[in-house]
Amino acid sequence: MSLITVDLRGRKQLYEQLIDNIKKLILIGELKPDDKLPSVRSLAKELGINPNTIQKAYSELERTGVIMSLPGRGSIVLASMRNLRGEQYDKLVDKMSALAYEMKSTGITEEEFVNAARIAFGKLGGTNDD
Amino acid sequence: MIKINSVTKDFEEVRSLDNVALSIENGSIFGLIGSNGSGKSTLLRILCGVYGTTEGEVSFDGEQIWENSIVKENIVYLSDDQYFLPHCTIYDMMQFYKSIYPTFSLEKYKEYLEIFGLDDKRKISTFSKGMQKQASFLLGLSCRTQYLLCDETLDGLDPVMRRTVCRIIAEEVADRGVTVIFASHNLKEIEDICDHVALLHKGQLIFEAGLDDIKLEIHKVQMTFPKDKLYEADARLKELHPVSLEKRGSLFTMIARGNRDEIEGHINEIGPAFVEFIPLTLEEIFIAEMEERGYDFHENLG
Repeated sequence: MSLITVDLRGRKQLYEQLIDNIKKLILIGELKPDDKLPSVRSLAKELGINPNTIQKAYSELERTGVIMSLPGRGSIVLASMRNLRGEQYDKLVDKMSALAYEMKSTGITEEEFVNAARIAFGKLGGTNDD
Repeated sequence: MIKINSVTKDFEEVRSLDNVALSIENGSIFGLIGSNGSGKSTLLRILCGVYGTTEGEVSFDGEQIWENSIVKENIVYLSDDQYFLPHCTIYDMMQFYKSIYPTFSLEKYKEYLEIFGLDDKRKISTFSKGMQKQASFLLGLSCRTQYLLCDETLDGLDPVMRRTVCRIIAEEVADRGVTVIFASHNLKEIEDICDHVALLHKGQLIFEAGLDDIKLEIHKVQMTFPKDKLYEADARLKELHPVSLEKRGSLFTMIARGNRDEIEGHINEIGPAFVEFIPLTLEEIFIAEMEERGYDFHENLG
């Protein structure tokens, strides 16, 4: 079983889900540079989704330099955790904006919001040593 | 490649298909969707050469299908209501299919039989409806043809069997470049497995496109604006000629066509408090498509 999954109930397009999922696996260190990705064929069979969709996701990942396809060897990971961090940061800030908006419209103050964020981060414990 | 060349089909007074033109690439999983009575099943029966056309023609890799048994050897059609020879078992049906399709694989037949867990010595008529569907699917797949035409094939299967069928189809497309056409009114299923879709309505082709391409051209946006900008926002959003625009208090929900960056730019110029792009489901896209074309959508797609 591969680590890559899709959510068929989700609204997001499957090829986008695959792209996000592979990037996430790189970001959390489950996939490292030079790791081999499952072949289009095996992933299509495992997930029961269209191989053309998987090929499309792999092509897009290759175009953006996240993975590399080697003839006869399949696809390997090219990008490291560090490479993807900036993009991920922007994405998460976007998510936080949506949350901030929701909090603000519920009457929560900026101070309360920042406090809640600090507590949430604190609960995770340890230090971030990426 | 399958070429459907301006096909019209009349049944006496009734025009079932009206000048339908479509090309389907090899190795594609193609979804044929439409309301009840839109002509999906008629088109499939023309594709497998059961029906002739009133006008136009259908070819597979340049060879016409009509009365052409060489081309038909490469096509399996899984009908909506399966037909089995009277009193026969899956094993008997296998002998029948094997005698017709030169590419029939006994090995695959055994493999699929095991996957589905069906007893091939039992009379098919004693099987449940869903099991009969599985039986016709496994027999059809064992023929190892290059083209597979499925009419509501996933209908009536339990969720586990549906996944199994999707897995097998995905494998066949990946391994052998099989071309699959799915006719269905279940848009969610089509969305999960197909790469291209065509929408039929009252015998006419409304449109045909890559699934991902459609989604790049139409967007659903939720946004809010500060109170003093509500009136301006309403007017400025209408400049985008949205397919639909709903307003609830300061929350706007808009479905609009066009390039995402341009739409986003236009909204940002107005100065929203919050903007979110929500991916549209296939169902929402088709409702929008049909409404735009002035079809009364109370007759639903189902």
